[in-house]
Amino acid sequence: MQELINIFVKSIFIDNMIFAYFLGMCSYLAVSKTVKTSVGLGIAVVFVLGITVPVDFLINKYLLTAGALAWISPSLAEVDLSFLSFIMFIAVIASMVQLVEMVIEKFSPALYNSLGIFLPLIAVNCAILGGSLFMQEREFQTIGETISFGLGSGVGWFLAIVGIAAIREKIRYSNVPGPLKGLGITFIITGLMGIAFMSFMGIKL
Amino acid sequence: MSAEVSPKEPLFSAKNKKLLAVPLNRENPITVQVLGICSALAVTVKLEPAVVMSISVIAVLAFANVIISLLRNTIAPRIRIIVQLVVIAALVILVDQILKAFAYEVSKQLSVFVGLIITNCIIMGRLEAFAMGNKPWPSFMDGIGNGAGYAWILIVVAFFRELLGSGTVWGLPVMEKVGIYNIGYTNNGLMILPPMALIIVGIIIWVQRSKNKELIED
Repeated sequence: MQELINIFVKSIFIDNMIFAYFLGMCSYLAVSKTVKTSVGLGIAVVFVLGITVPVDFLINKYLLTAGALAWISPSLAEVDLSFLSFIMFIAVIASMVQLVEMVIEKFSPALYNSLGIFLPLIAVNCAILGGSLFMQEREFQTIGETISFGLGSGVGWFLAIVGIAAIREKIRYSNVPGPLKGLGITFIITGLMGIAFMSFMGIKL
Repeated sequence: MSAEVSPKEPLFSAKNKKLLAVPLNRENPITVQVLGICSALAVTVKLEPAVVMSISVIAVLAFANVIISLLRNTIAPRIRIIVQLVVIAALVILVDQILKAFAYEVSKQLSVFVGLIITNCIIMGRLEAFAMGNKPWPSFMDGIGNGAGYAWILIVVAFFRELLGSGTVWGLPVMEKVGIYNIGYTNNGLMILPPMALIIVGIIIWVQRSKNKELIED
């Protein structure tokens, strides 16, 4: 259990998707104009990451890695399909996003209306595919680890986008040099937030 | 999809006469259209991975543009996103396998970021905005142009981070040759850390927009 909490905390603060790996920057920059919309997108990302990472873990473990197909028949024990992982992961993500969209539309139309356009965007959010690829690279062993990694990365992304949105709402009243307005200052603030987040480095439970 | 990614949609639909030149500066994918930043910044600690990444992106972007452009009249609009993703993913798998075979060290350094070319918004953005409505040759030119616009930002960022952070350029110890260490200069370790990539891009945007006043946002 402690191991799981450790992975969770580590993926929020130390291996933060935005500040350490720059994943999901496109929607991070495009949608962070107001706190309200960024909270919506952040929740959607937490949700989708928490689902897709474990699902991709199962697919990777039981279908793609070398020898993974042995459970079907011993003659398949030699097969290594790991080169297919990109295409499988993106297909899972695209279909999961579609599924999540339909479920939300059915059960919570209010949430669906506020997330509306952001949900399909998530399919091409690098943070989601990045989560699955990091899961593969870091060789997590149990599904519990992948769930806590997926949720942790999502929460880290959520914190980052809500933070930058709050700063951007305030900075509108500041006197930023003309050429830096909008995009430029957002980059620099993100860099400074990244430096701040680096102070968490080395935390271990 | 890209129409929703970026609020600057009109930039896409503008008829680009100078398909190759315009994305280098006035419609640069990174600093103006804000696309493809995801996988761009993490590979810029050293020059070599940045160059390899740029070449990969240019190749994927140009060929994906051509393929989608050839298929554009046969793709049903409702399923276009998944068709595009499959084409891109297939090309990225090719690039990944080639890198693993011929440049294993660099491929290890790039780690997940080769795979992340799939979700690089530049590629989806250009497919959606250009290749779906244009003939193969202009699409190819558009792909090369936007890839090059992405590449030069990457290379500039990587050059400064490597020079100031490690004192080398493409692995050559330039700072040591110059003898600058003898007068008390030390490498700036901060440049190697992720946040500086963002700040350097911020500075590039600053310089670029103070030269091109029409790019300034209100």
